[in-house]
Amino acid sequence: MTVLTVPMAETGTAGITRRTRVLRRLRRNPLAVVSFVVLALAAVVALLSPWLAPYSVDQTDFARTLAPPGSAGHLLGTDDLGRDVLSRIMLGARASLQVGLLAVATSLVIGVPLGLAAGYFRAWDAVISRFTDLLLAFPFLIMAVGLAAIRGASLGNAAVAIGIAQIPGVIRVVRSDTLRLKSLDFVAAAVVDGASDLWVLARHILPNATSVILVQATVAIPAAILGEAVLSFLGLGIQPPAPSLGTMLATAQQFAARAPWAAVLPGVVIMGLALAFNVFGDALRDALDPKGDRR
Amino acid sequence: MARYLLTRAWQSALTLLLSTIVVFVGVRALPGDPALALAGEDRSPEALDAIRRHYGLDQPLPVQFAQYVERVAQGDFGVSIRTGTPVSSMLTTALPVTVELSVLAIVIASVLGIGAGVLAAVRRGRPAEWFANALALIGLSVPHFWLGLLAILYLSVATGLFPASGFVPLLEDPVDNLHHIVLPAVILGTGLAAIIMRQTRSAMLDSLSSDYVRTAKAKGLRPRAVVTRHALRNSLIVVVTVVGLQLGGLISGAVVTEQIFGLPGFGKMTIDAVFQRDYPVIQAVVLLTAAAYIVINFFVDLLYSVIDPRIRVTGDPA
Repeated sequence: MTVLTVPMAETGTAGITRRTRVLRRLRRNPLAVVSFVVLALAAVVALLSPWLAPYSVDQTDFARTLAPPGSAGHLLGTDDLGRDVLSRIMLGARASLQVGLLAVATSLVIGVPLGLAAGYFRAWDAVISRFTDLLLAFPFLIMAVGLAAIRGASLGNAAVAIGIAQIPGVIRVVRSDTLRLKSLDFVAAAVVDGASDLWVLARHILPNATSVILVQATVAIPAAILGEAVLSFLGLGIQPPAPSLGTMLATAQQFAARAPWAAVLPGVVIMGLALAFNVFGDALRDALDPKGDRR
Repeated sequence: MARYLLTRAWQSALTLLLSTIVVFVGVRALPGDPALALAGEDRSPEALDAIRRHYGLDQPLPVQFAQYVERVAQGDFGVSIRTGTPVSSMLTTALPVTVELSVLAIVIASVLGIGAGVLAAVRRGRPAEWFANALALIGLSVPHFWLGLLAILYLSVATGLFPASGFVPLLEDPVDNLHHIVLPAVILGTGLAAIIMRQTRSAMLDSLSSDYVRTAKAKGLRPRAVVTRHALRNSLIVVVTVVGLQLGGLISGAVVTEQIFGLPGFGKMTIDAVFQRDYPVIQAVVLLTAAAYIVINFFVDLLYSVIDPRIRVTGDPA
């Protein structure tokens, strides 16, 4: 890849070199590369799982229930209803990623505007802080319990409960970055130039806050994936017969005496997904850190 | 200081009021007639009328809210639809289990997290740091209920070292109680330990490169004394902060851990209530969690100003 490096002053085009620098730092970090490859593979499998999966997820075989991994025709064995474990893990991982993305999207759509407003308009700060306090008072599981009681348990409601619980985190990072950016000269220049508040927020502050939002999203996704697993395990998330790694673990607990191996793989997949996101998130934060290689 | 206290107290009170309104409105948002939900099995018109009168459901909403707050303030959370026992008496048996589990988990997490965090900061760039960092990342990424499941399968069932489920009250037999609760507490503590470790390491790296640590070294203090007496003091604030911020996660974690280990606490009560559509119990659980969160965080803020005198002056915990 040829990159033309032109010495840049503090002009609007400085973003290009910054992006190149961040990408270069990421490429040079082996952990970042490995985690990115894992995530890319997971994304491909998740997208193509309906076609890649060797069996239909609902195809039961009561003659061969709880077959151990390595059984003929079933690489990872079968579950209590004789369904193929590999196929269910693939589609379960797909559901995990779905919930992860949906939850984070929910938290960003609500949290980013509120964070911008809280950081930019002093008058709104107190009101939004009380809103944040209120949200924090309901942990995601309690939120999910309430939502399940009112609207029933489902993938969508689990994602919304997790997403709502993640809003305070988004507000916090966006607010503090907005406060920092607001005090910088280029924002003051835009204000002097007669730019409206909305223009300043949309054109000057939001684009510069993207990196903190990105890092926040990268660490929120694994939290949401773990949250989905917990909720589905408890029966408050994805409902059977739809495949979910959390419900697979719940079934494994039921049949632990006959098939202890069933409790291993779904957990490994959940951990692998979350670990890849967390490792990549750490690498991304380091790469974006202007102070460079301090940590 | 007094001003800071007053502001925080007022903010907490406001949040408490708002969350009570949220729960109250949430209950009204339940599908169908709340009287039907409260009635459970006995759905005769007379029973429904009695319930409407008892809960004031025939009154205007603001009046209903006032009555609701009055009842809750007196500890009256209604009666469980399924068992007929008052929710308050269910809580008095369930809460001690959860409190014990959580406190033990915080202690374990603090010891592990601070230890690993200090080690990682002091041994910067050596294998020990790498190992501690890797462990923390895994701790953040592992589903704890899965760890619990594996622990039961491969530790309790296979070796018999720990009981797989059940509970013995602390006052009845402290040793047996600890035997039942230590494994769940370790499992619940792992995630918190990972977060505490990362924060401690970060705070330690900051303070190790600060002027006062350089001064301490320059005046000839032993390295151990520099670390424990000067740098580590700040990590106490880290733990308090993390516990305050992660309280929600801790409550969620406790619910799952209790479910897996069959501990008869707040969490098990919650999950059972959801599946039995026991609305008075759900309502009490949600409201109490919010109240506990708000009150504990208020005290966490007070604790800050005790630990860190700077906050007393500026009135703003960083």
